[in-house]
Amino acid sequence: MRHLLILGGGTAGTMMANKLAPVLDEQEWQMTIVDISEKHYYQPGFLFVPFGTYSLRDTVKPRRQYLPAGVKVVISGIDHIEPGRKEVVLSDLSTLKYDYLIIATGADIHPEQTEGLLDEEWGKSKFDFYTPRGTERLGQFLKGWQGGKLVVSITEMPIKCPVAPLEFLFLADAYFTKRGMRDKVDLHLVTPLSGAFTKPKASQVLGDFLERKKITVTPDFGLARVDSKEKKLVAWDDTEVGYDLLVSVPTNMGDACIERSGLGNELNFVPTDKETLLADGLENVFVIGDATNLPSSKAGSVTHFQSEILFENFLEHIEGRPMTARFDGHANCFIESGFGKGLLIDFNYLTEPLPGEFPLPGVGPFSLLKESSINHYGKLMFRWTYWNLLLRGIELPIGSAMSMAGKRA
Amino acid sequence: MGTMSVVGKTLALDADGHLANRADWNEDLAREIAAQEGIPLLTPQHWAVINYMRTIFEKEGDAPSIRRLTKESGVDTKTLYQLFPKGPAKRASKIAGLPKPKGCI
Repeated sequence: MRHLLILGGGTAGTMMANKLAPVLDEQEWQMTIVDISEKHYYQPGFLFVPFGTYSLRDTVKPRRQYLPAGVKVVISGIDHIEPGRKEVVLSDLSTLKYDYLIIATGADIHPEQTEGLLDEEWGKSKFDFYTPRGTERLGQFLKGWQGGKLVVSITEMPIKCPVAPLEFLFLADAYFTKRGMRDKVDLHLVTPLSGAFTKPKASQVLGDFLERKKITVTPDFGLARVDSKEKKLVAWDDTEVGYDLLVSVPTNMGDACIERSGLGNELNFVPTDKETLLADGLENVFVIGDATNLPSSKAGSVTHFQSEILFENFLEHIEGRPMTARFDGHANCFIESGFGKGLLIDFNYLTEPLPGEFPLPGVGPFSLLKESSINHYGKLMFRWTYWNLLLRGIELPIGSAMSMAGKRA
Repeated sequence: MGTMSVVGKTLALDADGHLANRADWNEDLAREIAAQEGIPLLTPQHWAVINYMRTIFEKEGDAPSIRRLTKESGVDTKTLYQLFPKGPAKRASKIAGLPKPKGCI
């Protein structure tokens, strides 16, 4: 009997379990998946909760419902991994042996990493929208807010879904406009990046969007600390930005079990081969999704493309054949721009987001790096796609390798 | 993609404005790029950071993040921002003739 152990039952872990269960012989394989919670959250939905488009209930389902029959589900925290002994120690110090391990432990926010961010004002004048509790509290607060200066602050890169802070601002612009109080709200983005986004062309397009929507950007801002009393952000070079309402995107880090295992980098992300998805220097260990240190975006679409690569490589690896699938860094992100519209960007390690049509050249139906209504419906439809196709490992009509078709350089 | 001119030579730059060919780099060029970035004088502390970045890049194929610089180069974050204002990892990698750190994604 060979044992496959998957750490984390989120987007990545669930997809891998569903892809591998039908092809691994039950007589020969035992698959176990470990997660700390019975709840599976649709994380892209968190963005819509503060604006009342979704309630928190709309973003959550029972985790087991999306896992295949035959897989053993263990609900527990993970203490650490011992790759030398091929075992994983759980929170109660019991151990699970493995022959093959897939690390899919994700990333989470860490407001405690920034001086003055996590204090008694957290949840009162300072919020996040990356956690169920954070996004729900922010929604409750916004309902009664009379206006002022709303600052979205990115602490440090990389972050999960690097377009989410921009989407938050676009949606906030539409939300306050609909409530007839846009003139009472100043919208600001404070970012350590030199512009709106990480890639030059998209940064320019999205930067123009921000300007048109009267959203101010303070670039190159290295956040040193937050002063809750004076309500201001202070940078390492002592420049300051004041706020009335702070929407923080705190430092993102990999799971603490990675640090306890001594396997992570300075942010607890696991060094991973960027093409094969094998963990650097570890035997029979793969890493997928936000848990990796790959220079690709931390997003569900990226994880989906990785899952197709990992599936092929895993099957070759267990048969002792050389791994032939190569991940190219493909990402495909819908960006909500408010008022029922959206943009779409499609890129990989080497090619930055370009304008054009997607997936069919000249036809679309989606337009790249350009605002349209159908892009917005693409985003809303994605929740259905997530639960019904993506998690279940059903193939989507978008290849794991990025295509240049329809793109204009 | 742009180019930069230094003492009669035209050097290719990547989309981020960093040197496209690492082979073009030398210490004089580093001083030149630093001056263009508003850093008129490279002190021993600047060089410690630049050389540390180049060493990591040689070994790992990517320049380190600010967090890692602070952890491993012995220079604290506040000082890093004084040495390389407005983004130490980006600035120092540019002066070091390296691509922008991939961590900035």
